[in-house]
Amino acid sequence: MNEASPLLEIKDLTVQFSVYAGKLQVLDGVDFYMYPGEKVGLVGETGCGKTTTMKAILRVLPSPPAIISRGDIFFDGQDVLRMNEEDLSRVRGRGISMIFQDPTAALNPVFSIGEQFGYVIKYSAPPGKSLTKQEIHLRAVNALQEVALADPERLLRSYPIQLSGGMRQRVCIGMALATNPTLLIADEPGTSLDVTIQDQVLRLLRTLVEEKNTSVILITHTLGIVREMTDRVYVMYAGDIVEMAVTKNLFANPLHPYTQGLISTVPRLTGGGIASGIPGRIPNYLTPPPGCRFHPRCPHIMDICRTEKPPTYRVNDDHDVACFLFQTENRA
Amino acid sequence: MTDILTVTDLKKYFVVGRSSWPKRESITVKAVDGISFTMREGETLGLVGESGSGKSTVAYITVGMYSPTSGSLKFRDQDLFQADGKRPIRLKKDIQIVYQDPGSSLNPRRTIKDILKMPLQLHQPGKNRLEQIVYLLDIVDMPPEYMYKYPYMLSGGEKQIVAVARALATDPSLIILDEPTSALDVSVQAKTINLLLRLQQEFQLTYLFITHDLSLMRNVASRVAIMYLGKICEIAETADFFQKPLHPYTQMLLSSIPVISEEEEAFKPKKVISTGEIPSPVNIPSGCSFTTRCPFVMAVCREIDPAMVEAGPGHKVRCHLFTQPKPATVEGPG
Repeated sequence: MNEASPLLEIKDLTVQFSVYAGKLQVLDGVDFYMYPGEKVGLVGETGCGKTTTMKAILRVLPSPPAIISRGDIFFDGQDVLRMNEEDLSRVRGRGISMIFQDPTAALNPVFSIGEQFGYVIKYSAPPGKSLTKQEIHLRAVNALQEVALADPERLLRSYPIQLSGGMRQRVCIGMALATNPTLLIADEPGTSLDVTIQDQVLRLLRTLVEEKNTSVILITHTLGIVREMTDRVYVMYAGDIVEMAVTKNLFANPLHPYTQGLISTVPRLTGGGIASGIPGRIPNYLTPPPGCRFHPRCPHIMDICRTEKPPTYRVNDDHDVACFLFQTENRA
Repeated sequence: MTDILTVTDLKKYFVVGRSSWPKRESITVKAVDGISFTMREGETLGLVGESGSGKSTVAYITVGMYSPTSGSLKFRDQDLFQADGKRPIRLKKDIQIVYQDPGSSLNPRRTIKDILKMPLQLHQPGKNRLEQIVYLLDIVDMPPEYMYKYPYMLSGGEKQIVAVARALATDPSLIILDEPTSALDVSVQAKTINLLLRLQQEFQLTYLFITHDLSLMRNVASRVAIMYLGKICEIAETADFFQKPLHPYTQMLLSSIPVISEEEEAFKPKKVISTGEIPSPVNIPSGCSFTTRCPFVMAVCREIDPAMVEAGPGHKVRCHLFTQPKPATVEGPG
């Protein structure tokens, strides 16, 4: 890995949701890091805590019910969890942008695209320096041109309902990148789009972030997208990071039994049938299984898995796995 | 193999509004615009298309939720839409449907028992209901105590399995699967698909599998048909379809699929890169409807809508590249 200091570092992040029945142990000590310019994927199935992790970074988890009970998040060397509101709004304004899964829900239906762009650009200005209407307009037009949308002047006057799903997502990408953020968090950016449109949007996103050298965290449950878009990938299961590897290695040589199961269930374009899937279901977060959270579904279960939570072992350079099958001296 | 369903020149137009005064002409959406296909007993036909291509409309017409604007549907030589507009109950029994979102297709205020009881009461009167419900749950690998649960107590995958059991309750021969797994995670999808394949074997079912996932169809379907703006552009046996995709739209779809291995990457057609968006179904371009996105567009395409031609045994394609009898173009643009 490179020598620079990490852009984002999450250490032992533990998040609980306080509900009537008790406390949901949603994140169970998540460790995550990324360096400037990296494209990192975060994969896992519905309800594994991907989005909770990312919301914790931006401190947009609703509290109550969320309680961040342990852990640290450092963005660009600053302690995000203990930052005051003013610094936080600076991080949200220029440091980190986010693209959401459903562009229809992300855009406000009663404001024109131009008005919504205006807010984003206005609040991204450095403190003490305000932009004129003319400057805001110009930057909005530029942003729309960057995402390959024709006739930006007309688009800025239109409302989200007048655009197609693909155009809305392009507008969202344009808005997210208009502030030149250091880090872009893309939460399932193509899932709600048709496959040909998804392909266009993802290609555009990749070109733009490579041009601007923006760091990206891509959250998705589609393994194919991770393979095409990222350099390194984290696999999450039930609130734990179970495996981290360079993307190519993860697909060539998946180590964790969960990752292996997940990859085997993806239908292949070259045929070969459908694997039987992973037995059982995702655990209840109120009373998660003790030890390794995957042990009730694991085909290689050992006694130790039932009682102890596996630490993360470094199997080789840039390939970490949290599983007792790979017990070595090297802890990550 | 005999044909179970024969669809001939099926059309369904929806009136969505009227143009401005003084003309006041009705504005129609041609959701399905003249499609023909046959389904053989026991096969799985994958009907693939993007949103707005009309694939779900075909499903709803087949189960009888909509009546067609024109064209005919024959189920084992019986007309599904008879003159009096009523479908006999024994035909309803034979064709069942599983919807995309089990969260909204199961009544949240009824227990699983009540949900499964309804089709049994209608189609198989006078038998031991409880025994039948236990049997239905058993064939989909669900413990009998699930009948006392409500849909909200089940996971998404389990709900979809209940929807499958409900479809099986009438002992049908044709089941329409309208994107049955697109709301599910991939590991749950695998389990559900394997269950569907086992049930197909056990009960000699025919599936009309509606989906947008071509990778899944590669592994499940015996034949694949591609729909674009209410028309079928290509239909072929699965192996042939994936080895030799002919229609430019098929190639665009295949090249857009995110895949997880080098071998799949090598398998994808390279020459057609996705551009443009599906036009509004209210304003379908003249001639071939794919002209706005097609990289091989010719003058003739903008004027004349191509007819379906047979490019190989059982491999039909609707594209001007294949209508001219030139041997050089039969191999296709890819």
